[in-house]
Amino acid sequence: MPMKIGTNDFKKRVENGINDSFMRGAVAGAQERMGTRRQDAADELGNWEEWRNLGEEIRQHVLDNLDYYLEQLSENIAKRGGHVFFAQTAEEANDYIKDIVKKKNAKKIVKAKSMVTEEISLNSTLEQAGCTVVETDLGEYILQVDDHDPPSHIVVPALHKNKEQIRDVFTQKLGYQKTEKPEELAWHAREMLRKEYLTADIGITGCNFAVAETGSFALVTNEGNADLVTSLPKTQITVMGMERLVPTFEELEVLVSLLTRSAVGQKLTSYITVLTGPREELDVDGPEEFHLVIVDNGRSKILGTEFQPILQCIRCAACINVCPVYRHVGGHSYGSIYSGPVGAVLSPLLGGYDEYKELPYASTLCGACTEVCPVKIPLHQLLHKHRQVIVEKEGKAPISEKLAMKAFGLGAASPMLYKFGSKAAPAAMNPFTAGDKISNGPGPLKAWTEIREFPAPNKERFRDWFENREKGGGES
Amino acid sequence: MKVTLFATCLVDMFQGNVGKATVELLERLGCEIDFPESQVCCGQPAYNSGYVKEVKAAMKSMIDTFADAEYVVSPSGSCIAMFHEYPHIFKGDPVWESKAKNLAAKSYELTQFIVDVLKIEDVGARFKGKVTYHTSCHMTRLLGVKKAPMILLGNVKDLEFTELPSKEQCCGFGGTFSVKMAQISEQMVDEKVMHVEETSADYLIGADAGCLMNIGGRIDRKGKPIKVLHIAEVLNSR
Ligand code: SF4
Repeated sequence: MPMKIGTNDFKKRVENGINDSFMRGAVAGAQERMGTRRQDAADELGNWEEWRNLGEEIRQHVLDNLDYYLEQLSENIAKRGGHVFFAQTAEEANDYIKDIVKKKNAKKIVKAKSMVTEEISLNSTLEQAGCTVVETDLGEYILQVDDHDPPSHIVVPALHKNKEQIRDVFTQKLGYQKTEKPEELAWHAREMLRKEYLTADIGITGCNFAVAETGSFALVTNEGNADLVTSLPKTQITVMGMERLVPTFEELEVLVSLLTRSAVGQKLTSYITVLTGPREELDVDGPEEFHLVIVDNGRSKILGTEFQPILQCIRCAACINVCPVYRHVGGHSYGSIYSGPVGAVLSPLLGGYDEYKELPYASTLCGACTEVCPVKIPLHQLLHKHRQVIVEKEGKAPISEKLAMKAFGLGAASPMLYKFGSKAAPAAMNPFTAGDKISNGPGPLKAWTEIREFPAPNKERFRDWFENREKGGGES
Repeated sequence: MKVTLFATCLVDMFQGNVGKATVELLERLGCEIDFPESQVCCGQPAYNSGYVKEVKAAMKSMIDTFADAEYVVSPSGSCIAMFHEYPHIFKGDPVWESKAKNLAAKSYELTQFIVDVLKIEDVGARFKGKVTYHTSCHMTRLLGVKKAPMILLGNVKDLEFTELPSKEQCCGFGGTFSVKMAQISEQMVDEKVMHVEETSADYLIGADAGCLMNIGGRIDRKGKPIKVLHIAEVLNSR
């Protein structure tokens, strides 16, 4: 599975995450900073809930009319002389792009801003075809230079690295000789990248939103690199997930505003690049040839199901930035380029339950993600739906759990059974009880008591106390 | 006013003192308490683990148990949030959907009931000590009760309140998450305990037995001198 990262199993990945104290410090710090900034940016906008409603409405409308808007977008791009290719699978997308590369006899490719090309493993495909691929977003660039370390966050892909680590990578791989100051590091990357833009044959970008009415697509960046990727090379290829559309510029404005505020707490980002087709006669720059690759790769299977709301996602990462589980395990624990709550919902849908069956359980269903999502995706409910599917349809739940839950269901449905059971509990737990505590419980209590004390069941249940009292028995 | 108490299974078996405090407090505020014996559990542990079919019978039994109640009140935010989820679970069921709606409409968490229904903001309690308060996720986010416990605690005499840093962060309980994902849960509850210590409070107060069992169990294991109390116990002190 291309979007999969690493080979460790879930438990091992979590263990690695928990033991990586540097990563955890970085994540906790980032969550606190971004959380406050996001809140301020939302407050400043005012009527945040109304904006969220609007965001949700726009995204739902697009998904409900996806055929229509995809067709409109394709027509408008074709009208301007661009080529549109609809790729059902990752392979189809890669093959199409490889074909262009061959035709153009391209050697060097510069890239900007794209999760979906990570999802389909475009880089390795192109590298196998003999091309050099250069990532130009600073975070992605760092990861690429560090032997293709996978991203751990959808907005801040190199969040798991600190500046000293980045300096070391640059020193080893790029002959860098300055300090770990972020400005110096960024400047060095810039200098290295500048040459690449000028000598690249093809520019590849992702797409934050495509505007159906005009056949344009918008990129939201903080470094301006997308401007260079889209204006210098002669051929440009944009790869977008099938659902990343808006009807007109009016909706684009709403979603960009929600995106930048939710992602990093900015009113606007430094650069919003909007492009429409290849260069026209009087244009001074821009590509001569433009291709849009629309990637399905499992998305249409989600349409029309109870999981459809996850396709509303605008990849702002606000859910990741508030998630208490992500905070402690980090992005690589999810085993997918899509991490955090959005990843826990999306990865099993795109990559299958076999690979990602643990992710829906890596949540307390605390609802922090749902509360913060700017397009109102009910994330914790979707995680719960996954659990239900795993139990009912996939049959992937452990047998012991199934039996325990059946027993629980019976006990809870039968007051008689419960009454006997709960009455017998103190005696049954007696061997494990010391004082009013159980420190080393049996069966399902084992995992609990490895970490915490468990209370011993009360000798007199509350209901007995109440009954006695009603009968005029002793007050306690 | 007649109030039907839903004690919850945890309170019934493990935290009888919370049930007692709830009864005494509500009686003091002029309510007459009724406790239907056939009540068991709201079904949360199985439901949240994805066993929806298995737990529906239990939910129906709860709906029937409280069918004639005027108000259902419980000292547990997450169990009441679960009751509010019932109408979605039985959506489309010709018999049970409307019954579930009926239960949801009259179900209240204890502090919510006192502030919103009884319209009482000062229960006349007195509690000496330095306290901090854990806002449970299900109670604040799913049930939407944020202010009521704060208002009531704010009017308790002699009580010295410090806000818990990062209070909106989950304590790592999450029902079966606490054992299924024990490794992660441990990290989360440790962070919570650390924040409680930062307040240098003597008491940690909450309104959900599950969270309190989790945080309290960890505090005990670590041998910290912080006492854990349910908000009903504090409001019932004089
Ligand atoms: S699920 Fe919502 S909060 Fe998370 S990345 Fe997508 S849009 Fe942002």
